[in-house]
Amino acid sequence: MPWILLSVEITLALLGLVLLVLGLVMPDRGRRLMQPVAVVALLGILIMGGGLYTTQYNMFNGNYQIDPFGSFFKLLFLAAGILVILSAGRYLERFQERINEFYSFMIIALLGMVVMASAGELITLYIGLELMTVSFYILTAYLLNDKLSAEAGLKYLILGAMSSAILLFGISLVYAVTGTTVIAEMAAQFSMQPVMIAGIILILAGFGFKISLVPFHMWAPDIYQGAPIPVTAFLAVGSKAAAFAAMARVMVIAFPVSTFDWPLLLAVLAAITIVVGNLIALVQTNVKRLLAYSSIAQAGYILVGLAAYNGFGLKGVLFYAMLYVFSNMGAFATATVVEVETGSTDIEAFNGLARRSPMVAAIMTVCMLSLAGIPPLAGFVGKFYLFAGAIQSDLLWLAFVGLVMSMISVYYYLRVAKAMYIGSNDNATAINPGKTAGAALWVCLAGTLLFGLYPAPLSNLAQVAIQLFL
Amino acid sequence: MLLPRDNEKNIKIVAAVSTLISLILSVWVWLAYDRSLGGIQFVEQIPWVADLGVSFALGVDGISIPMLLLTNLIGFSAVYASWRVADRVKEFFTLLLILITGVMGTFVTTDLFIFFLFYEVVVIPIYLLVIMFGSSKRVTKEYAGMKLTIYLLIGSAFLLVGLIALFVQSRALLGYPCMDIFTLATVEFPIGFQIFVFILMAFGFGTLLSMFPFHAWSPDGYAGAPTAVSMIHAGVLKKIGGYGLIRIGLMILPGGAAYIAPIIAVLALGNVVYAAFICLSQKDLKYIVGYSSVSHMGYVLIGIAALNLISINGAIIMMFAHGVMAALFFSMIGNLYEKSHTRNIDDFGGLAHQMPRLATGFMIAGLASLGLPGMVNFIGEFTIFIGAFNTYKVLTILAVSGIIFTALYILRTLGAVLFGPRKPEWDHLEDLKGPEMVPLVVLGASIIIGGIAPFTLMDLINLGVGDLVAQLGSLQIGGMF
Repeated sequence: MPWILLSVEITLALLGLVLLVLGLVMPDRGRRLMQPVAVVALLGILIMGGGLYTTQYNMFNGNYQIDPFGSFFKLLFLAAGILVILSAGRYLERFQERINEFYSFMIIALLGMVVMASAGELITLYIGLELMTVSFYILTAYLLNDKLSAEAGLKYLILGAMSSAILLFGISLVYAVTGTTVIAEMAAQFSMQPVMIAGIILILAGFGFKISLVPFHMWAPDIYQGAPIPVTAFLAVGSKAAAFAAMARVMVIAFPVSTFDWPLLLAVLAAITIVVGNLIALVQTNVKRLLAYSSIAQAGYILVGLAAYNGFGLKGVLFYAMLYVFSNMGAFATATVVEVETGSTDIEAFNGLARRSPMVAAIMTVCMLSLAGIPPLAGFVGKFYLFAGAIQSDLLWLAFVGLVMSMISVYYYLRVAKAMYIGSNDNATAINPGKTAGAALWVCLAGTLLFGLYPAPLSNLAQVAIQLFL
Repeated sequence: MLLPRDNEKNIKIVAAVSTLISLILSVWVWLAYDRSLGGIQFVEQIPWVADLGVSFALGVDGISIPMLLLTNLIGFSAVYASWRVADRVKEFFTLLLILITGVMGTFVTTDLFIFFLFYEVVVIPIYLLVIMFGSSKRVTKEYAGMKLTIYLLIGSAFLLVGLIALFVQSRALLGYPCMDIFTLATVEFPIGFQIFVFILMAFGFGTLLSMFPFHAWSPDGYAGAPTAVSMIHAGVLKKIGGYGLIRIGLMILPGGAAYIAPIIAVLALGNVVYAAFICLSQKDLKYIVGYSSVSHMGYVLIGIAALNLISINGAIIMMFAHGVMAALFFSMIGNLYEKSHTRNIDDFGGLAHQMPRLATGFMIAGLASLGLPGMVNFIGEFTIFIGAFNTYKVLTILAVSGIIFTALYILRTLGAVLFGPRKPEWDHLEDLKGPEMVPLVVLGASIIIGGIAPFTLMDLINLGVGDLVAQLGSLQIGGMF
């Protein structure tokens, strides 16, 4: 058993535990070191994960898969984790003495995501999912004295537990028919029965909750608004991508399209999600809620690729999920900076940001336009892949809905831009995001521009990753 | 361009010098283009995204050179027309130069993907320029900017669907991904597919070209925009619509174009006549020029829809002509508005007394607009009508009537603004001087040189269109009626 292949998982687990213990024994002064330690360690793991990228190996009789697809998502989670910790910057002061555990929970959630992306078996997948979700229950309610945060934590706990139950029920139904929980063996045992279809739909619903698919999206806005902003960012980027990774692996490998046309079901859900997410976002006045609805819509776009179920579409899923990390993190990092400075994330709080800090405002604008799919930014290339996939699969109507809605989404992104550029603000003091948050912002900008202007490297990575499915 | 200092003067000089260099280079391209060879020249090609078949390919032919020239003429004058911008100078000129780069990019690329990329790059800088530097005279600048942006983006969404469909279909037919416009032009797409994609293109490009009934953004947008943006927008950005219809619509989808052409011709008549009527009742100078540009785009559309060598030649020269004319008009209006803070034609009287140079600019633009012989616009209109008459007899005769209405509203405006009774309250206005003269000289000279010596452009255009028409072959127009 080549344990070295599990090095990412093992080091992550160790890092989480070490940080937990370190936090207990370290004096107050030393805690300042935890942020750089966490970031450097994650960077190291990221490089290690990159080194293992092309490795393919069946571990534990297929229960755990090391393959480029999983590795792609591992890199994505690690990048997201690093950016979240960096961008949290001065916001973390609000956690006071509980700051040590914050890093451990973040890293354990990260471990959960990694397990989800590589799980080759449904129970393993479920364990990864719970590891991630339970960490998030705690993280969401981390601002103990904040009512909204406590409410968000409780809501997430109740709804999350319910969705886990639904997922588990779906898994048990599928197991009842196929007699196995190993994903790769399911297709052979597949038989078309009502129970099976119910199982697939319940599994879809379980994942749908995590990726905030309409009609399972109700929790997202409240929880995104209530949770501490770095947690919201991680929830929006990491948790969503993890659910997509798991969902793609399960749906594509376990359930043959020839017997049950789940892509069509996904296409309809994607269209509804895009429309509802974008339309509700139009009227939001709080940037966190706006980003919540926008991220619902974004999930719809990514789902288009899965519904297209071909080379372009699947490549689009991976490409989009990766660029989404950078663009969305850029937007959330800006919101963090603004919240630290003004104590609010209402759109009015962004008034005059372009004068107070031109760079932050420019990065926010670029990242949001990338989410809207304006070239030459990364979002455009991602959407091109996704919708090329859709059109190739004769889902022309879906491409229409998606592209027209993405242009409509420009309206609400530009509302924020308008506030930043021409909104008047009595307070004209310059904003300094601080070193770490500044670094995160620059990385987000670089990713958003780079993947847009020169998409070839990322596109090749994604191509390698989806070989598994073709 | 990324590191302009806070020194405003320097920023302006950098902008002026870079647009001047760009102008000189494009004039060089115009002169150096080997007319005996024809076809596409000055080709640069760098593979970009292999699995999409995208390469960063540049090259110009007889159709794109006039557009390139136009962009640079207007870009250069626009910098001077904004010489008085005092607030947020750095942002203004950065966005302006991004805008000019984007427009230029669409005209020189031969790759469909890069074309679309440049095309959408321009939309957002325009929005920011309008909301930050625009004026809220009749509509608020926020409204104008958002209306313009959303209209153009929705149009482009349809365009993008068409483009992706084209890509997927050509990949199936060719067996490899390809985005090169000239390779795609050799692919024989099924006729039904061509019609479908051409409708999407006509919708997308038509919105940009302010084709009736998708023109509503244009007058409001111009009214809200700062001078330089109005100039570039009316002058060149709109022309991307016409250029795209010719380069992508006619070249790649000739069958679809022939099928849809009659509908476009009818809508174009709507442009010409309907917008001209609206002009007659407008009082705001920017609205008059805004609607008149909608009306003039009707001529361009008729030229394109007639699908023959002469008419398409005419359409291209008309785009050039209207570009310089509209830019000159907007720069004069912008200048006048900055000094007098009104654009209502009834407020002015005999401005020719107080501001003779500005009046000259107005006169050149106005007379060009109504198609006076000796101006480049006349060449355009005349060629279009000759060409279009072969195809649509009744429509062309109706469209010619548009000239009468144009003459009516232009002469009414010129009379009211320049040659009415002298009003003492405008005595303090200073005439154009220094940098403000640049747009007048550059654009005015282009109008007159183009009018007196049309062959300087015409032979080039003829070459480019000749290749295109050869591809169109003897397609039967219509099929719907």
